[in-house]
Amino acid sequence: MASLIQFILIFVVLTNLTLLGSSRRSSCIRLVAAQGILLGLLPLVLPEEGLTTSALVLALASIVLKGVVFPRLLLRAERTAGVKREFQPIIGYSASILLGILFLAFSMWLGTRLELPLPLRSLIGAKLAVPVSLFSILIGLLLIISRNKALTQVLGYLVMENGIYIFGVSLVREQPWLVETGILLDIFVAVFVMGIAIFHISREFDHMDVDQLTVLKD
Amino acid sequence: MNPYSLLNLLLALACAPFLLTVINRTKAFFAGRQGPMWFQPYYDLWKLLHKGAVYSRTTTWVFRAGPIVGLAAVLMALTLVPIGDVDAPLSFQGDVILFAYLLGLMRFFTVLAALDTGSSFEGMGASREVLYSALAEPALILGLASVARETSRLSISEMQEAVTGTLWLQSGMVLAAVTAALVVVFLTENARIPVDDPNTHLELTMIHEVMVLDHGGPDLAFILYGAALKLWVLGCLIVGMVLPHRLLGASFFSGALSIVAELAGLVVLAVIVGAIESTMARLRLVRIPQLLVGAGALSALSLVLGRWVGG
Repeated sequence: MASLIQFILIFVVLTNLTLLGSSRRSSCIRLVAAQGILLGLLPLVLPEEGLTTSALVLALASIVLKGVVFPRLLLRAERTAGVKREFQPIIGYSASILLGILFLAFSMWLGTRLELPLPLRSLIGAKLAVPVSLFSILIGLLLIISRNKALTQVLGYLVMENGIYIFGVSLVREQPWLVETGILLDIFVAVFVMGIAIFHISREFDHMDVDQLTVLKD
Repeated sequence: MNPYSLLNLLLALACAPFLLTVINRTKAFFAGRQGPMWFQPYYDLWKLLHKGAVYSRTTTWVFRAGPIVGLAAVLMALTLVPIGDVDAPLSFQGDVILFAYLLGLMRFFTVLAALDTGSSFEGMGASREVLYSALAEPALILGLASVARETSRLSISEMQEAVTGTLWLQSGMVLAAVTAALVVVFLTENARIPVDDPNTHLELTMIHEVMVLDHGGPDLAFILYGAALKLWVLGCLIVGMVLPHRLLGASFFSGALSIVAELAGLVVLAVIVGAIESTMARLRLVRIPQLLVGAGALSALSLVLGRWVGG
C-alpha cells in the first residue's frame, strides 16, 4: 500500500511538472484527467482499516467527475474555441519548469516545518502527502497567474483543487466525505460555468485571451 | 588493480564503432533498406587514417590539438567506467566529477578547434553545442549525484556495484528518473535525434557535424573514433545503472556473464537509439533547451525524491 501511495503522489508531481512545460492544450487536459483518476484511487488505498462505503462513493464520484466529465467539458470548450496552443505565456516553459523545481523544494521544506497534530503524524500518507499537496496548490496558482488563456487557467484551478483534495483525503480522516462531496460539487459548478464562459468569450471576441479583458471599459 | 579490468578497455577500443553499425542497421531495418556492412565504421576509420590532412593557413595549433585532446579525454573517461562486475582500471573517491569534466574537456577542445577555423558556419555550430551542453551538464551531474546519494558511494565503479535489485525495489522511482534523464543526456552528448541529426551534413540546423567540417584525414578519424568511444562510455553508464548486478542479495550476474549482460545491454540501447531516430523527427531548435531543462528537472526531482522517500 505504501508504495502504491508513493507511486500516485510521485505521478502527481511528475504530471504537474509536465503541465508546466507543455504547450499543447489537449494533452494538458488529458494529463489533468489522468491525475484526477489516480487521485480518485487515493481514498481506496489510504485507510488502514479497509474499504468503507463513504470512501468508495467519494472515489467513484471524483473519478467520474475529474476523469470523465471535466475533460469532456474542457475538450469541447477547446474545440469550440479553436485555438490549440498557448502562444505567449507570461512565464516561458523552461522557466516555469525551473520555478516548479524551486516550488517542489520549497514545499518539501514547508512540509518538514509544518507541525502536524500528534495522531496525524503516524499516518502512512502524511509524510508524502503534505509536500505534494502544497506543491500542487503552488503549481495551480503558478498556472493561473502565468498563462493568459482562460482554458489553461481552468486547468490551474483544477490542479490547485487536486492539491487541496490530497491534503483533505490523507489527513482529515474523520469526516472528509461531506466536505469532499461539497468541494466536488463546487468545482463541478465552477468548471461548468467557466466552460460556458470560455465558450462565450471565444464567440464574442474570436479569442479567449484573458489579458485583453482588462482593456474593456464601461 | 584487477588485471581483468584491462579487458574493459580492450573491449571498448575494439567494439565501440560496432555500436554505430547497430544503430545504422536498425535505422535501415525501419526504412526497409539493407543497411551498411557490419564493419563499415572500421573501414571508414582505416580509410581516413591513410589519408593526408589539409590545414588552412588561418588555423593555429589549437585546430590540430582539438581531435587529439578530444580522443585522449574520452580514453581517460573510458578508464573510469566499469563493465559488468569488473571494476574500472581507475577508480577513486569522486571520480564521477572527473568523468563529467573529461567529457567537458573533449567538447571544449572540439569547440575551440571549430572556432579556430574562423568560419562563421562552424562558429554557429560551436555556439549551439556549448548552449546545449551547458544545459545537459546539470542533468548529468545532478543525476549522478542522486545515484551517489542513493548508494552512498562516490566512485562510478562502486556506485554501479551498489545498484542492486533490492535498491531498485527500494527506490525504483529515483533510479528510473535518473535513467530517463541520463538517456536524454546520452542522446544530446552523442548528437543524436531528437537533439541533433547525425545524417545532415549540410543543413543549417545541425550542431555537432558542423564543427568538424574542416577536419580531414587522420584528424577526422580521431574525431569519429572519439565519438564512438563517447557513445560507448555513456552507454555503459546507463546500462550499468539499469542492470542490477546483484539481484536480491545473490550474485545474479557475475564474472563473464556480467560482461555479456552489459554488452547485450549496450546493443539493446543502440537498437533503442536507432528506433528513436527512425520514429521521431528532430526537434525544432527552440524546443531543445526545453527538453534539456526537462531532463535537468527530472534529475533534480530524483535528488529531491531520494531525500524525501529515503528520509
